[in-house]
Amino acid sequence: MFPIAIEKTSPSIQFLYKLALPVALILWLLPLLGVAMTSLKPSSDLAAGNYFGLPSYLAFSNYADVFNNSPIGSYILNSFKVTIPTVIGAVAISCLSGFALAVYRFRMNLVLFFLFVAGNFVPFQILMVPVRDLTVSTGLYNTITGLALFHIAFQSGFCTLFMRNFIKGLPFELIESARVEGVSEFRIFWYIVVPLMRPAIAALSVLIFTFIWNDYFWATVLTTSAETQPVTAGLYSLNGQWIAQWQLVSAGSIIAAMPPVLMFFLMQKHFIAGLTLGATKG
Amino acid sequence: MTGSATTAIAGTNKRKVGVWKKNQRALAPWIFLAPGIAMFALYVIYPIIASMWLSFYDWDGLGTKTWLGLQNYIELADDEAFYTSLKNNIIWLALYMLAVPAGLFIALFLNQTVTGIRIYKSLFFFPFVISQVVVGLIFSWFYAPNFGLFYNLIEWITGTGVAVLADDRYVTYGIIVAGLWPQIAYCMILYLTGLNNVAPDQVEAARLDGAKGWKMLWHVILPQLRPATFIAVVVTVIGALRSFDLVSIMTDGGPYGSSRVLSFYMYEQALSEYGYRMGYGAAIAVILFAIMMIFISGFIWKMIRDERGV
Repeated sequence: MFPIAIEKTSPSIQFLYKLALPVALILWLLPLLGVAMTSLKPSSDLAAGNYFGLPSYLAFSNYADVFNNSPIGSYILNSFKVTIPTVIGAVAISCLSGFALAVYRFRMNLVLFFLFVAGNFVPFQILMVPVRDLTVSTGLYNTITGLALFHIAFQSGFCTLFMRNFIKGLPFELIESARVEGVSEFRIFWYIVVPLMRPAIAALSVLIFTFIWNDYFWATVLTTSAETQPVTAGLYSLNGQWIAQWQLVSAGSIIAAMPPVLMFFLMQKHFIAGLTLGATKG
Repeated sequence: MTGSATTAIAGTNKRKVGVWKKNQRALAPWIFLAPGIAMFALYVIYPIIASMWLSFYDWDGLGTKTWLGLQNYIELADDEAFYTSLKNNIIWLALYMLAVPAGLFIALFLNQTVTGIRIYKSLFFFPFVISQVVVGLIFSWFYAPNFGLFYNLIEWITGTGVAVLADDRYVTYGIIVAGLWPQIAYCMILYLTGLNNVAPDQVEAARLDGAKGWKMLWHVILPQLRPATFIAVVVTVIGALRSFDLVSIMTDGGPYGSSRVLSFYMYEQALSEYGYRMGYGAAIAVILFAIMMIFISGFIWKMIRDERGV
Protein backbone atom coordinates (compact mmCIF):
# COMPACT_ATOMS: atom_id res chain seq x y z
CA MET A 1 0.00 0.00 0.00
CA PHE A 2 1.25 3.47 -0.87
CA PRO A 3 2.42 5.73 0.70
CA ILE A 4 2.31 3.51 3.78
CA ALA A 5 -0.32 1.47 5.55
CA ILE A 6 -1.54 3.65 8.36
CA GLU A 7 -1.77 0.77 10.83
CA LYS A 8 2.01 0.35 10.58
CA THR A 9 2.72 3.90 11.69
CA SER A 10 3.17 5.27 15.18
CA PRO A 11 0.02 5.84 17.26
CA SER A 12 0.43 9.61 17.05
CA ILE A 13 0.40 9.58 13.25
CA GLN A 14 -2.59 7.26 13.29
CA PHE A 15 -4.34 9.69 15.58
CA LEU A 16 -3.49 12.62 13.34
CA TYR A 17 -4.75 10.77 10.30
CA LYS A 18 -8.04 9.94 11.94
CA LEU A 19 -8.38 13.57 12.94
CA ALA A 20 -7.50 14.82 9.45
CA LEU A 21 -10.19 12.70 7.81
CA PRO A 22 -13.28 14.49 9.15
CA VAL A 23 -11.60 17.91 8.90
CA ALA A 24 -10.78 17.33 5.24
CA LEU A 25 -14.27 16.03 4.60
CA ILE A 26 -15.92 19.06 6.14
CA LEU A 27 -13.74 21.42 4.13
CA TRP A 28 -14.43 19.43 0.97
CA LEU A 29 -18.18 19.48 1.47
CA LEU A 30 -18.32 22.98 2.91
CA PRO A 31 -20.27 24.49 0.00
CA LEU A 32 -22.81 21.70 0.24
CA LEU A 33 -23.09 21.89 4.02
CA GLY A 34 -23.64 25.62 3.74
CA VAL A 35 -26.48 25.11 1.32
CA ALA A 36 -28.02 22.33 3.42
CA MET A 37 -27.97 24.61 6.44
CA THR A 38 -29.36 27.57 4.52
CA SER A 39 -32.22 25.41 3.30
CA LEU A 40 -33.31 25.02 6.92
CA LYS A 41 -33.10 28.66 7.89
CA PRO A 42 -36.21 30.78 8.31
CA SER A 43 -36.19 33.78 5.98
CA SER A 44 -36.01 36.07 9.00
CA ASP A 45 -32.53 34.72 9.76
CA LEU A 46 -31.30 35.65 6.30
CA ALA A 47 -32.98 39.05 6.49
CA ALA A 48 -31.20 39.67 9.80
CA GLY A 49 -27.86 38.80 8.25
CA ASN A 50 -27.47 35.40 9.89
CA TYR A 51 -25.81 33.66 6.95
CA PHE A 52 -23.34 31.43 8.74
CA GLY A 53 -24.66 30.97 12.24
CA LEU A 54 -26.94 28.11 13.09
CA PRO A 55 -30.58 28.57 12.13
CA SER A 56 -32.54 30.15 14.96
CA TYR A 57 -34.97 27.29 14.41
CA LEU A 58 -35.20 24.54 11.82
CA ALA A 59 -37.51 25.87 9.14
CA PHE A 60 -38.60 22.66 7.42
CA SER A 61 -41.37 24.86 6.08
CA ASN A 62 -38.93 26.01 3.36
CA TYR A 63 -39.28 22.59 1.78
CA ALA A 64 -43.04 22.75 2.00
CA ASP A 65 -42.95 26.26 0.52
CA VAL A 66 -40.92 25.08 -2.43
CA PHE A 67 -43.52 22.43 -3.19
CA ASN A 68 -46.50 24.68 -2.54
CA ASN A 69 -45.37 27.82 -4.31
CA SER A 70 -43.59 26.39 -7.33
CA PRO A 71 -44.15 23.60 -9.85
CA ILE A 72 -41.13 21.69 -8.53
CA GLY A 73 -43.30 18.63 -7.95
CA SER A 74 -44.15 18.47 -11.62
CA TYR A 75 -40.53 19.18 -12.59
CA ILE A 76 -39.44 16.21 -10.51
CA LEU A 77 -42.12 14.04 -12.08
CA ASN A 78 -40.96 15.14 -15.55
CA SER A 79 -37.41 14.19 -14.67
CA PHE A 80 -38.57 10.68 -13.82
CA LYS A 81 -40.64 10.52 -17.00
CA VAL A 82 -37.57 11.34 -19.08
CA THR A 83 -35.03 9.38 -17.10
CA ILE A 84 -36.72 6.01 -16.69
CA PRO A 85 -37.55 5.37 -20.37
CA THR A 86 -34.09 6.58 -21.32
CA VAL A 87 -32.41 4.11 -18.98
CA ILE A 88 -34.53 1.25 -20.31
CA GLY A 89 -34.15 2.25 -23.96
CA ALA A 90 -30.43 2.96 -23.95
CA VAL A 91 -29.58 -0.16 -21.97
CA ALA A 92 -31.75 -2.39 -24.19
CA ILE A 93 -30.32 -1.02 -27.43
CA SER A 94 -26.77 -1.24 -26.19
CA CYS A 95 -27.18 -4.83 -25.00
CA LEU A 96 -27.97 -5.70 -28.60
CA SER A 97 -25.29 -3.62 -30.28
CA GLY A 98 -22.68 -4.39 -27.64
CA PHE A 99 -23.34 -8.11 -28.16
CA ALA A 100 -22.99 -7.75 -31.92
CA LEU A 101 -19.71 -5.86 -31.65
CA ALA A 102 -18.24 -8.17 -29.03
CA VAL A 103 -19.16 -11.57 -30.46
CA TYR A 104 -19.07 -11.36 -34.26
CA ARG A 105 -16.13 -10.83 -36.53
CA PHE A 106 -17.04 -8.84 -39.59
CA ARG A 107 -15.55 -6.04 -41.57
CA MET A 108 -16.68 -2.69 -40.17
CA ASN A 109 -16.76 -4.10 -36.67
CA LEU A 110 -14.02 -1.84 -35.30
CA VAL A 111 -15.12 1.06 -37.47
CA LEU A 112 -18.62 0.92 -36.02
CA PHE A 113 -17.28 0.47 -32.53
CA PHE A 114 -15.10 3.55 -32.74
CA LEU A 115 -17.90 5.50 -34.35
CA PHE A 116 -19.98 4.84 -31.23
CA VAL A 117 -17.04 5.76 -29.01
CA ALA A 118 -16.25 8.97 -30.89
CA GLY A 119 -19.90 9.99 -31.15
CA ASN A 120 -20.09 9.82 -27.42
CA PHE A 121 -17.42 12.52 -27.07
CA VAL A 122 -18.69 15.12 -29.53
CA PRO A 123 -19.72 18.54 -28.24
CA PHE A 124 -23.48 18.85 -27.84
CA GLN A 125 -23.48 22.12 -29.76
CA ILE A 126 -22.69 20.43 -33.05
CA LEU A 127 -25.87 18.39 -32.66
CA MET A 128 -28.02 21.17 -31.26
CA VAL A 129 -29.60 22.88 -34.26
CA PRO A 130 -30.36 19.77 -36.36
CA VAL A 131 -31.65 17.80 -33.36
CA ARG A 132 -33.89 20.69 -32.42
CA ASP A 133 -35.17 20.91 -36.01
CA LEU A 134 -35.75 17.19 -36.04
CA THR A 135 -37.88 17.30 -32.89
CA VAL A 136 -39.77 20.34 -34.16
CA SER A 137 -40.54 18.75 -37.51
CA THR A 138 -41.70 15.47 -35.95
CA GLY A 139 -43.95 17.38 -33.55
CA LEU A 140 -41.95 16.19 -30.57
CA TYR A 141 -40.54 19.58 -29.64
CA ASN A 142 -41.33 20.48 -26.04
CA THR A 143 -42.49 16.96 -25.24
CA ILE A 144 -41.02 14.46 -22.82
CA THR A 145 -40.95 11.84 -25.59
CA GLY A 146 -38.80 14.06 -27.78
CA LEU A 147 -36.29 14.63 -25.03
CA ALA A 148 -36.18 10.97 -24.03
CA LEU A 149 -35.72 9.80 -27.64
CA PHE A 150 -32.69 11.99 -28.08
CA HIS A 151 -31.19 10.85 -24.79
CA ILE A 152 -31.72 7.19 -25.71
CA ALA A 153 -29.94 7.70 -29.02
CA PHE A 154 -27.05 9.67 -27.61
CA GLN A 155 -26.49 7.48 -24.56
CA SER A 156 -26.50 4.35 -26.68
CA GLY A 157 -22.99 5.37 -27.78
CA PHE A 158 -21.47 5.23 -24.33
CA CYS A 159 -23.59 2.23 -23.36
CA THR A 160 -22.48 0.27 -26.41
CA LEU A 161 -18.84 0.90 -25.57
CA PHE A 162 -19.53 -0.28 -22.05
CA MET A 163 -21.51 -3.39 -22.99
CA ARG A 164 -19.14 -4.41 -25.72
CA ASN A 165 -16.18 -4.32 -23.34
CA PHE A 166 -18.13 -6.22 -20.73
CA ILE A 167 -19.21 -8.98 -23.12
CA LYS A 168 -15.66 -9.23 -24.47
CA GLY A 169 -14.63 -10.17 -20.94
CA LEU A 170 -17.11 -13.08 -20.75
CA PRO A 171 -15.86 -16.61 -21.46
CA PHE A 172 -16.30 -17.04 -25.20
CA GLU A 173 -16.32 -20.85 -24.92
CA LEU A 174 -19.89 -20.63 -23.62
CA ILE A 175 -21.02 -19.14 -26.92
CA GLU A 176 -18.87 -21.45 -29.00
CA SER A 177 -20.18 -24.60 -27.38
CA ALA A 178 -23.77 -23.42 -27.73
CA ARG A 179 -23.16 -22.85 -31.43
CA VAL A 180 -21.77 -26.35 -31.80
CA GLU A 181 -25.01 -27.62 -30.26
CA GLY A 182 -26.91 -25.71 -32.93
CA VAL A 183 -28.47 -23.07 -30.67
CA SER A 184 -29.62 -20.09 -32.73
CA GLU A 185 -27.85 -16.76 -32.37
CA PHE A 186 -30.88 -15.11 -30.80
CA ARG A 187 -31.25 -17.84 -28.22
CA ILE A 188 -27.57 -17.55 -27.39
CA PHE A 189 -28.05 -13.86 -26.81
CA TRP A 190 -31.21 -14.21 -24.75
CA TYR A 191 -30.54 -17.35 -22.71
CA ILE A 192 -26.78 -17.32 -22.32
CA VAL A 193 -25.43 -13.79 -22.59
CA VAL A 194 -28.23 -11.62 -21.15
CA PRO A 195 -28.30 -13.45 -17.79
CA LEU A 196 -24.55 -12.94 -17.50
CA MET A 197 -24.94 -9.24 -18.24
CA ARG A 198 -26.90 -8.50 -15.08
CA PRO A 199 -24.08 -6.70 -13.25
CA ALA A 200 -23.33 -4.59 -16.33
CA ILE A 201 -27.00 -3.75 -16.76
CA ALA A 202 -27.22 -2.67 -13.13
CA ALA A 203 -24.07 -0.56 -13.33
CA LEU A 204 -25.12 1.09 -16.54
CA SER A 205 -28.64 1.79 -15.32
CA VAL A 206 -27.47 3.69 -12.25
CA LEU A 207 -24.95 5.62 -14.27
CA ILE A 208 -27.36 6.61 -17.03
CA PHE A 209 -29.98 7.51 -14.46
CA THR A 210 -27.56 10.01 -12.94
CA PHE A 211 -26.40 11.40 -16.28
CA ILE A 212 -29.91 11.97 -17.57
CA TRP A 213 -31.31 13.25 -14.30
CA ASN A 214 -28.52 15.83 -14.21
CA ASP A 215 -28.78 16.85 -17.86
CA TYR A 216 -29.40 20.53 -18.27
CA PHE A 217 -28.36 21.44 -21.79
CA TRP A 218 -30.82 19.28 -23.71
CA ALA A 219 -33.57 20.08 -21.27
CA THR A 220 -33.21 23.76 -22.14
CA VAL A 221 -32.86 23.13 -25.87
CA LEU A 222 -35.73 20.68 -26.33
CA THR A 223 -38.28 21.72 -23.70
CA THR A 224 -39.66 25.12 -22.75
CA SER A 225 -42.60 24.83 -20.39
CA ALA A 226 -43.16 23.80 -16.79
CA GLU A 227 -45.33 20.91 -18.05
CA THR A 228 -42.38 19.27 -19.77
CA GLN A 229 -39.16 20.59 -18.24
CA PRO A 230 -37.16 18.36 -15.96
CA VAL A 231 -36.00 19.59 -12.59
CA THR A 232 -32.58 20.89 -13.70
CA ALA A 233 -34.06 23.33 -16.17
CA GLY A 234 -36.92 24.05 -13.78
CA LEU A 235 -34.55 24.92 -10.98
CA TYR A 236 -32.82 27.44 -13.19
CA SER A 237 -36.03 29.25 -13.98
CA LEU A 238 -37.09 29.14 -10.33
CA ASN A 239 -33.73 30.63 -9.37
CA GLY A 240 -34.70 33.64 -11.45
CA GLN A 241 -38.02 34.00 -9.63
CA TRP A 242 -36.58 33.57 -6.16
CA ILE A 243 -34.07 36.38 -6.34
CA ALA A 244 -32.38 36.68 -2.94
CA GLN A 245 -34.56 33.99 -1.38
CA TRP A 246 -31.62 31.76 -0.79
CA GLN A 247 -33.41 29.52 1.67
CA LEU A 248 -35.80 28.49 -1.15
CA VAL A 249 -33.08 28.16 -3.77
CA SER A 250 -31.16 25.96 -1.35
CA ALA A 251 -34.14 23.79 -0.49
CA GLY A 252 -34.93 23.41 -4.21
CA SER A 253 -31.33 22.41 -4.93
CA ILE A 254 -31.36 19.79 -2.21
CA ILE A 255 -34.64 18.36 -3.51
CA ALA A 256 -33.31 18.22 -7.07
CA ALA A 257 -30.11 16.49 -5.94
CA MET A 258 -31.87 13.85 -3.85
CA PRO A 259 -32.82 11.13 -6.37
CA PRO A 260 -29.34 10.63 -7.90
CA VAL A 261 -27.76 10.83 -4.45
CA LEU A 262 -30.12 8.17 -3.10
CA MET A 263 -29.51 6.07 -6.19
CA PHE A 264 -25.79 6.38 -5.65
CA PHE A 265 -25.94 5.30 -2.01
CA LEU A 266 -28.25 2.38 -2.72
CA MET A 267 -26.26 1.12 -5.69
CA GLN A 268 -22.82 2.39 -4.82
CA LYS A 269 -20.97 -0.76 -5.77
CA HIS A 270 -22.54 -0.85 -9.22
CA PHE A 271 -22.14 2.85 -9.75
CA ILE A 272 -18.41 2.81 -9.16
CA ALA A 273 -17.96 -0.40 -11.10
CA GLY A 274 -19.69 1.34 -13.99
CA LEU A 275 -17.57 4.45 -13.86
CA THR A 276 -14.33 2.62 -13.70
CA LEU A 277 -14.95 -0.23 -16.09
CA GLY A 278 -12.10 -0.11 -18.52
CA ALA A 279 -10.12 2.20 -16.31
CA THR A 280 -8.49 -0.63 -14.48
CA LYS A 281 -8.03 -3.25 -17.16
CA GLY A 282 -5.15 -3.35 -19.57
CA MET B 1 -57.79 -18.62 -51.98
CA THR B 2 -57.10 -18.73 -48.29
CA GLY B 3 -55.53 -22.11 -48.80
CA SER B 4 -53.14 -21.00 -51.52
CA ALA B 5 -52.17 -17.95 -49.49
CA THR B 6 -51.30 -20.16 -46.56
CA THR B 7 -49.17 -22.45 -48.68
CA ALA B 8 -47.48 -19.47 -50.23
CA ILE B 9 -46.60 -18.13 -46.79
CA ALA B 10 -45.49 -21.53 -45.64
CA GLY B 11 -43.35 -21.77 -48.76
CA THR B 12 -41.60 -18.45 -48.17
CA ASN B 13 -41.17 -19.34 -44.54
CA LYS B 14 -39.46 -22.54 -45.47
CA ARG B 15 -37.19 -20.77 -47.88
CA LYS B 16 -36.49 -18.04 -45.32
CA VAL B 17 -35.52 -20.58 -42.71
CA GLY B 18 -33.13 -22.10 -45.20
CA VAL B 19 -31.52 -18.80 -46.09
CA TRP B 20 -31.51 -17.80 -42.44
CA LYS B 21 -29.92 -21.03 -41.26
CA LYS B 22 -27.15 -20.69 -43.78
CA ASN B 23 -26.35 -17.02 -43.21
CA GLN B 24 -27.28 -16.69 -39.59
CA ARG B 25 -23.81 -15.79 -38.43
CA ALA B 26 -23.35 -13.15 -41.08
CA LEU B 27 -26.79 -11.59 -40.71
CA ALA B 28 -27.25 -11.74 -36.95
CA PRO B 29 -24.82 -8.92 -36.07
CA TRP B 30 -26.64 -6.54 -38.41
CA ILE B 31 -30.00 -7.39 -36.89
CA PHE B 32 -28.58 -6.83 -33.41
CA LEU B 33 -27.00 -3.57 -34.51
CA ALA B 34 -29.96 -2.19 -36.44
CA PRO B 35 -31.71 -0.26 -33.64
CA GLY B 36 -28.46 1.16 -32.30
CA ILE B 37 -27.18 2.24 -35.70
CA ALA B 38 -30.53 3.72 -36.71
CA MET B 39 -30.86 5.84 -33.58
CA PHE B 40 -27.24 6.87 -33.60
CA ALA B 41 -27.26 7.80 -37.26
CA LEU B 42 -30.42 9.85 -36.90
CA TYR B 43 -29.51 11.74 -33.74
CA VAL B 44 -25.71 11.92 -33.85
CA ILE B 45 -24.16 11.27 -37.27
CA TYR B 46 -26.70 13.11 -39.38
CA PRO B 47 -26.78 16.20 -37.11
CA ILE B 48 -22.99 16.53 -37.26
CA ILE B 49 -23.07 16.60 -41.05
CA ALA B 50 -26.14 18.85 -41.10
CA SER B 51 -24.44 21.32 -38.74
CA MET B 52 -21.38 21.49 -40.94
CA TRP B 53 -23.58 22.14 -43.95
CA LEU B 54 -25.61 24.75 -42.09
CA SER B 55 -22.49 26.66 -41.14
CA PHE B 56 -22.34 27.90 -44.73
CA TYR B 57 -25.80 29.45 -44.52
CA ASP B 58 -27.56 32.39 -42.99
CA TRP B 59 -30.68 31.11 -41.28
CA ASP B 60 -32.94 32.36 -38.51
CA GLY B 61 -34.42 28.94 -37.85
CA LEU B 62 -37.72 29.57 -39.64
CA GLY B 63 -37.35 31.43 -42.92
CA THR B 64 -35.39 30.46 -45.97
CA LYS B 65 -31.73 29.64 -45.81
CA THR B 66 -29.33 31.88 -47.69
CA TRP B 67 -26.05 30.49 -48.93
CA LEU B 68 -23.13 32.45 -47.55
CA GLY B 69 -20.17 30.27 -48.39
CA LEU B 70 -17.40 30.95 -45.94
CA GLN B 71 -18.92 34.23 -44.76
CA ASN B 72 -19.76 32.94 -41.28
CA TYR B 73 -16.19 31.83 -40.76
CA ILE B 74 -14.81 35.11 -42.06
CA GLU B 75 -17.03 36.96 -39.64
CA LEU B 76 -15.85 34.71 -36.80
CA ALA B 77 -12.25 35.59 -37.56
CA ASP B 78 -13.12 39.22 -36.77
CA ASP B 79 -15.36 38.52 -33.79
CA GLU B 80 -14.05 39.79 -30.46
CA ALA B 81 -16.48 37.58 -28.50
CA PHE B 82 -15.27 34.51 -30.36
CA TYR B 83 -11.71 35.14 -29.23
CA THR B 84 -12.81 35.73 -25.65
CA SER B 85 -14.62 32.39 -25.73
CA LEU B 86 -11.66 30.63 -27.29
CA LYS B 87 -9.28 32.10 -24.73
CA ASN B 88 -11.59 31.01 -21.91
CA ASN B 89 -11.78 27.52 -23.38
CA ILE B 90 -7.99 27.32 -23.25
CA ILE B 91 -7.97 28.52 -19.62
CA TRP B 92 -10.61 25.90 -18.82
CA LEU B 93 -8.60 23.19 -20.48
CA ALA B 94 -5.37 24.11 -18.70
CA LEU B 95 -6.83 24.55 -15.22
CA TYR B 96 -9.23 21.63 -15.47
CA MET B 97 -6.24 19.34 -15.81
CA LEU B 98 -5.49 20.11 -12.16
CA ALA B 99 -8.33 17.72 -11.37
CA VAL B 100 -6.11 14.78 -12.33
CA PRO B 101 -3.26 15.31 -9.80
CA ALA B 102 -5.71 16.63 -7.20
CA GLY B 103 -7.83 13.50 -7.61
CA LEU B 104 -4.72 11.35 -7.25
CA PHE B 105 -3.74 13.24 -4.12
CA ILE B 106 -7.10 12.71 -2.43
CA ALA B 107 -7.14 9.08 -3.53
CA LEU B 108 -3.74 8.51 -1.91
CA PHE B 109 -4.97 10.26 1.21
CA LEU B 110 -8.04 8.03 1.42
CA ASN B 111 -6.33 4.81 0.37
CA GLN B 112 -6.25 3.33 3.87
CA THR B 113 -8.18 0.68 5.72
CA VAL B 114 -9.29 2.46 8.89
CA THR B 115 -12.84 1.98 10.11
CA GLY B 116 -15.44 4.02 8.28
CA ILE B 117 -13.16 4.76 5.32
CA ARG B 118 -15.74 3.50 2.85
CA ILE B 119 -18.17 6.14 4.01
CA TYR B 120 -15.47 8.79 3.68
CA LYS B 121 -14.71 7.65 0.16
CA SER B 122 -18.34 7.86 -0.90
CA LEU B 123 -18.88 11.23 0.78
CA PHE B 124 -15.83 12.62 -1.02
CA PHE B 125 -17.40 11.43 -4.24
CA PHE B 126 -20.62 13.30 -3.51
CA PRO B 127 -20.01 16.40 -5.67
CA PHE B 128 -19.89 14.27 -8.80
CA VAL B 129 -23.33 12.78 -8.24
CA ILE B 130 -25.19 16.06 -8.04
CA SER B 131 -26.17 18.08 -11.08
CA GLN B 132 -23.96 20.89 -12.35
CA VAL B 133 -27.01 23.11 -12.04
CA VAL B 134 -27.01 22.47 -8.31
CA VAL B 135 -23.21 22.82 -8.12
CA GLY B 136 -23.51 26.13 -9.95
CA LEU B 137 -26.17 27.41 -7.56
CA ILE B 138 -24.13 26.27 -4.55
CA PHE B 139 -21.05 28.13 -5.73
CA SER B 140 -23.02 31.24 -6.69
CA TRP B 141 -24.14 31.33 -3.09
CA PHE B 142 -20.57 30.69 -1.93
CA TYR B 143 -19.28 33.66 -3.99
CA ALA B 144 -22.24 35.97 -3.41
CA PRO B 145 -21.24 39.56 -2.65
CA ASN B 146 -21.72 40.78 0.93
CA PHE B 147 -22.71 37.49 2.49
CA GLY B 148 -21.05 34.64 0.55
CA LEU B 149 -18.54 32.64 2.54
CA PHE B 150 -15.79 33.21 0.01
CA TYR B 151 -16.53 36.92 -0.20
CA ASN B 152 -16.33 37.24 3.56
CA LEU B 153 -13.15 35.22 3.75
CA ILE B 154 -11.40 37.49 1.26
CA GLU B 155 -12.76 40.54 3.01
CA TRP B 156 -11.43 39.22 6.32
CA ILE B 157 -7.96 38.62 4.85
CA THR B 158 -7.55 41.65 2.58
CA GLY B 159 -10.04 44.16 3.89
CA THR B 160 -12.10 44.29 0.68
CA GLY B 161 -14.36 41.55 -0.56
CA VAL B 162 -14.28 40.34 -4.14
CA ALA B 163 -17.49 39.66 -6.02
CA VAL B 164 -15.96 36.90 -8.10
CA LEU B 165 -18.84 36.40 -10.52
CA ALA B 166 -19.28 40.10 -11.22
CA ASP B 167 -15.61 40.78 -11.91
CA ASP B 168 -14.43 40.12 -15.44
CA ARG B 169 -10.89 39.41 -14.20
CA TYR B 170 -11.90 36.53 -11.92
CA VAL B 171 -15.18 35.24 -13.22
CA THR B 172 -13.84 32.43 -15.42
CA TYR B 173 -11.53 31.20 -12.67
CA GLY B 174 -14.42 31.27 -10.21
CA ILE B 175 -16.53 29.08 -12.50
CA ILE B 176 -13.64 26.71 -13.15
CA VAL B 177 -13.18 26.18 -9.40
CA ALA B 178 -16.84 25.18 -9.21
CA GLY B 179 -16.27 22.78 -12.10
CA LEU B 180 -13.15 21.32 -10.53
CA TRP B 181 -15.06 20.29 -7.46
CA PRO B 182 -17.02 17.44 -9.10
CA GLN B 183 -14.22 16.71 -11.58
CA ILE B 184 -11.68 16.10 -8.81
CA ALA B 185 -14.16 13.73 -7.18
CA TYR B 186 -14.44 11.82 -10.46
CA CYS B 187 -10.67 11.52 -10.89
CA MET B 188 -10.37 10.48 -7.26
CA ILE B 189 -12.73 7.54 -7.75
CA LEU B 190 -10.83 6.41 -10.85
CA TYR B 191 -7.57 6.49 -8.91
CA LEU B 192 -9.04 4.78 -5.85
CA THR B 193 -10.11 1.88 -8.03
CA GLY B 194 -6.70 1.88 -9.68
CA LEU B 195 -4.92 1.84 -6.34
CA ASN B 196 -6.94 -1.22 -5.36
CA ASN B 197 -5.22 -3.09 -8.14
CA VAL B 198 -1.67 -1.96 -7.43
CA ALA B 199 0.36 -5.07 -6.72
CA PRO B 200 1.42 -4.97 -3.06
CA ASP B 201 4.40 -7.23 -3.63
CA GLN B 202 5.88 -4.75 -6.11
CA VAL B 203 5.51 -1.98 -3.57
CA GLU B 204 7.18 -4.15 -0.96
CA ALA B 205 10.00 -5.09 -3.31
CA ALA B 206 10.60 -1.44 -4.18
CA ARG B 207 10.56 -0.60 -0.51
CA LEU B 208 13.27 -3.18 0.16
CA ASP B 209 15.30 -1.53 -2.60
CA GLY B 210 15.04 1.68 -0.61
CA ALA B 211 12.44 3.47 -2.75
CA LYS B 212 9.98 5.72 -0.97
CA GLY B 213 8.07 8.97 -1.26
CA TRP B 214 8.21 10.62 -4.70
CA LYS B 215 10.52 8.01 -6.13
CA MET B 216 8.13 5.24 -5.21
CA LEU B 217 5.16 7.21 -6.53
CA TRP B 218 6.84 8.07 -9.82
CA HIS B 219 8.56 4.79 -10.63
CA VAL B 220 6.35 2.15 -9.04
CA ILE B 221 2.84 3.44 -8.42
CA LEU B 222 2.13 5.77 -11.35
CA PRO B 223 3.11 3.28 -14.07
CA GLN B 224 0.59 0.86 -12.58
CA LEU B 225 -2.04 3.58 -12.53
CA ARG B 226 -1.62 4.36 -16.20
CA PRO B 227 -5.06 3.10 -17.31
CA ALA B 228 -6.73 5.19 -14.60
CA THR B 229 -4.69 8.23 -15.62
CA PHE B 230 -5.70 7.75 -19.25
CA ILE B 231 -9.41 7.72 -18.45
CA ALA B 232 -9.02 10.62 -16.02
CA VAL B 233 -7.33 12.73 -18.69
CA VAL B 234 -9.94 11.80 -21.30
CA VAL B 235 -12.93 12.69 -19.14
CA THR B 236 -11.25 15.88 -17.92
CA VAL B 237 -10.39 17.16 -21.39
CA ILE B 238 -13.87 16.40 -22.68
CA GLY B 239 -15.41 17.92 -19.56
CA ALA B 240 -13.38 21.12 -19.95
CA LEU B 241 -14.31 21.58 -23.60
CA ARG B 242 -17.96 20.72 -23.01
CA SER B 243 -18.34 23.18 -20.11
CA PHE B 244 -21.70 24.82 -20.57
CA ASP B 245 -23.97 24.22 -17.60
CA LEU B 246 -21.89 26.11 -15.05
CA VAL B 247 -21.35 29.13 -17.29
CA SER B 248 -25.05 29.26 -18.08
CA ILE B 249 -26.15 28.85 -14.46
CA MET B 250 -23.59 31.02 -12.71
CA THR B 251 -23.16 34.01 -15.01
CA ASP B 252 -24.99 33.52 -18.30
CA GLY B 253 -21.69 34.37 -19.94
CA GLY B 254 -21.37 37.68 -18.13
CA PRO B 255 -20.28 40.14 -16.99
CA TYR B 256 -20.17 41.62 -20.50
CA GLY B 257 -19.60 38.23 -22.05
CA SER B 258 -16.28 37.80 -20.25
CA SER B 259 -17.02 34.27 -19.02
CA ARG B 260 -18.31 32.91 -22.32
CA VAL B 261 -16.86 29.70 -23.68
CA LEU B 262 -17.38 28.40 -27.22
CA SER B 263 -20.18 26.05 -26.24
CA PHE B 264 -22.03 28.86 -24.51
CA TYR B 265 -21.36 31.43 -27.22
CA MET B 266 -22.74 29.03 -29.80
CA TYR B 267 -25.94 28.58 -27.81
CA GLU B 268 -26.24 32.33 -27.32
CA GLN B 269 -25.92 33.04 -31.04
CA ALA B 270 -28.25 30.30 -32.19
CA LEU B 271 -30.95 30.06 -29.58
CA SER B 272 -31.21 32.86 -27.08
CA GLU B 273 -32.83 36.26 -26.92
CA TYR B 274 -29.66 37.64 -28.51
CA GLY B 275 -30.51 36.09 -31.79
CA TYR B 276 -31.44 33.15 -33.88
CA ARG B 277 -28.37 32.99 -36.07
CA MET B 278 -28.36 29.25 -36.62
CA GLY B 279 -25.72 29.34 -39.35
CA TYR B 280 -23.33 31.47 -37.35
CA GLY B 281 -23.91 29.29 -34.29
CA ALA B 282 -23.26 26.20 -36.39
CA ALA B 283 -19.94 27.69 -37.53
CA ILE B 284 -18.91 28.14 -33.89
CA ALA B 285 -19.96 24.57 -33.16
CA VAL B 286 -17.90 23.32 -36.09
CA ILE B 287 -14.80 25.06 -34.69
CA LEU B 288 -15.44 23.54 -31.25
CA PHE B 289 -15.99 20.15 -32.88
CA ALA B 290 -12.70 20.50 -34.77
CA ILE B 291 -10.84 21.29 -31.55
CA MET B 292 -12.41 18.33 -29.84
CA MET B 293 -11.68 16.06 -32.78
CA ILE B 294 -7.96 16.62 -32.21
CA PHE B 295 -8.32 15.10 -28.76
CA ILE B 296 -10.91 12.50 -29.72
CA SER B 297 -8.71 11.17 -32.53
CA GLY B 298 -5.82 10.96 -30.12
CA PHE B 299 -7.86 8.92 -27.66
CA ILE B 300 -9.26 6.68 -30.36
CA TRP B 301 -5.78 6.17 -31.79
CA LYS B 302 -4.57 4.95 -28.43
CA MET B 303 -7.63 2.71 -28.01
CA ILE B 304 -7.09 1.18 -31.44
CA ARG B 305 -3.49 0.37 -30.55
CA ASP B 306 -4.64 -1.23 -27.29
CA GLU B 307 -7.30 -3.16 -29.18
CA ARG B 308 -4.75 -4.50 -31.67
CA GLY B 309 -2.37 -5.31 -28.85
CA VAL B 310 -4.86 -7.59 -27.12
